[in-house]
Amino acid sequence: MKILVCIKQVPDMESKFKLDAAGLWYARTDLAWRMNEYDEYAVEQAVQVKEQFKDADVTVLCIGPEQVKETMKKALAMGCDRGAHIADDEVWAKEPFEVAGVIAEFARGKDFDLIFTGMQSQDRGSGQVGVLVAEMLGMASVSTVVSFAFDGTTVTAKRELEGGVKACINVKTPVLVTCQLGMNTPRYPTLPNIMKAKKKELLSTPVADLLKVDKRQETARMYFPEKKGGGQVLEGDLGEMADRLIKILKEKTAVLS
Amino acid sequence: MKILLVAESREGKVLGGTYELVAFAAKMQAESVMFLVGDEGALPKYDGKLYLAEAKACGEYNPDVHKQLLLEVVAKENPDMIALCHSSYGWDLAPRLAFALGAAQVSEVVGLADGLPVVPVCNAKLRRDVKAKTAKTVVTLQAGAFGLSEEPAGTPSVEKLGGAAAGRVQFTGYEQAAAGGVDLGKASVIVSAGRGIGKPENVAMVAALAKALGGEYGASRPVVDAEWVEHNRQVGTTGQTVAPKLYVACGISGAIQHLAGMKKSEFIVAINTDKDAPIGDVADVLVVADLKQFVPLLTEKIQAL
Repeated sequence: MKILVCIKQVPDMESKFKLDAAGLWYARTDLAWRMNEYDEYAVEQAVQVKEQFKDADVTVLCIGPEQVKETMKKALAMGCDRGAHIADDEVWAKEPFEVAGVIAEFARGKDFDLIFTGMQSQDRGSGQVGVLVAEMLGMASVSTVVSFAFDGTTVTAKRELEGGVKACINVKTPVLVTCQLGMNTPRYPTLPNIMKAKKKELLSTPVADLLKVDKRQETARMYFPEKKGGGQVLEGDLGEMADRLIKILKEKTAVLS
Repeated sequence: MKILLVAESREGKVLGGTYELVAFAAKMQAESVMFLVGDEGALPKYDGKLYLAEAKACGEYNPDVHKQLLLEVVAKENPDMIALCHSSYGWDLAPRLAFALGAAQVSEVVGLADGLPVVPVCNAKLRRDVKAKTAKTVVTLQAGAFGLSEEPAGTPSVEKLGGAAAGRVQFTGYEQAAAGGVDLGKASVIVSAGRGIGKPENVAMVAALAKALGGEYGASRPVVDAEWVEHNRQVGTTGQTVAPKLYVACGISGAIQHLAGMKKSEFIVAINTDKDAPIGDVADVLVVADLKQFVPLLTEKIQAL
């Protein structure tokens, strides 16, 4: 059984973002990078399938500059077998159709039974790449999955809908699944597994070898949204802020009267 | 400009996002037609042409079939744009259509800037104006971005679509949210815990503040996913939508899905260490502080009143 899991390296969302010189994306300096949160669930699910079916082989794929290997090593330490690094210093400028095109080109002919991706990235957040990869490969796909079971041929999954409702589905492999938060509990890599991961295969391929599709959209402008304003900002001494807040609540709401 | 609006229905009911699509078409000053997989007995109010496929025959979630039916409508109508809700239905179907049509897809449109769609980046901390380079464009619209779900008037002229081949994904039914427990919809004060609480033990301090204010405590998605708080206390798109007299967001950065669930609250207080967090955009008062220090102190002072 062959499994592919696609991950992305993204900045910590609590970061203080700045625009890059061209004003088309955020500046990639002075940021703490980590695995896209949704992809942690994808990696965990792939590793769980591997633990269920001992003959499964899990490839983790990531597109980006040299630094994304750090994130890939985490996925290897969580239990993926091998890493496929697509070397691309300009990955930030790729739109979802190009990213999906690169992944599909890599996966074509490799007969993956299952492909896992996050349902979206935390930075660009298009939510397109997983489903596009499946369409490009002519594979079935199911998005926004919060519950996953697999018997070797059929996936039984639940999709998360709005308002706490879930849709239950069955689908036969090969299938691509996009993973929603809460799908499982992503494991923390243990120290022995971190050491073992260092010996695992991690091959790089230049993105130019796999990029066969054209850009379908581009960023005209990137900017910070205007602050809606109106809101009062309290800063400084904790006790004074608490007193001021209580005064405001007394004046503006009925909850303390 | 002609836009094909992809309406949504679940269990025979038309979903509110459908009317936001109509509002979007009006804002674009575009001609529109609508597509729905739904029930003939529960049609959306719409003053235009509706292509209807019966959900009983096609399934409410059946992406291969819905795509095929939509491609038939696109072939007949030749729209410049196809608009869907940025919802579990829309974001699942949109890339399939975009691929089949050779179209660019612009996801989660929150507005228009000089005619270009505007989308959020990095949890809405940044925004981008996007230029599609293809003849047709597929867009998904963020809930609430284009007019609230007010029902338009009108009765559509219906053209029925025939059956399609079976899809690869088999829908077997819905699972409803677990009933019982707390009803946040009835609380006049809600104090919610976000990722900023750091560890499960700190739920107690948020609950204590809620009690001091005579309300209930809630939580944002990460706290529920971590199982620190049960799901029936989750506020946001996939949890409950609330509008209490007072909403206090503790350590909640303000993901779009959370904001959608609480921004209609009468008065909003946010307690956050990050002054630039998106929650600040909807807050009436933003307290820049570590909630772990501030919340117990505030609770103590309120109890002493």
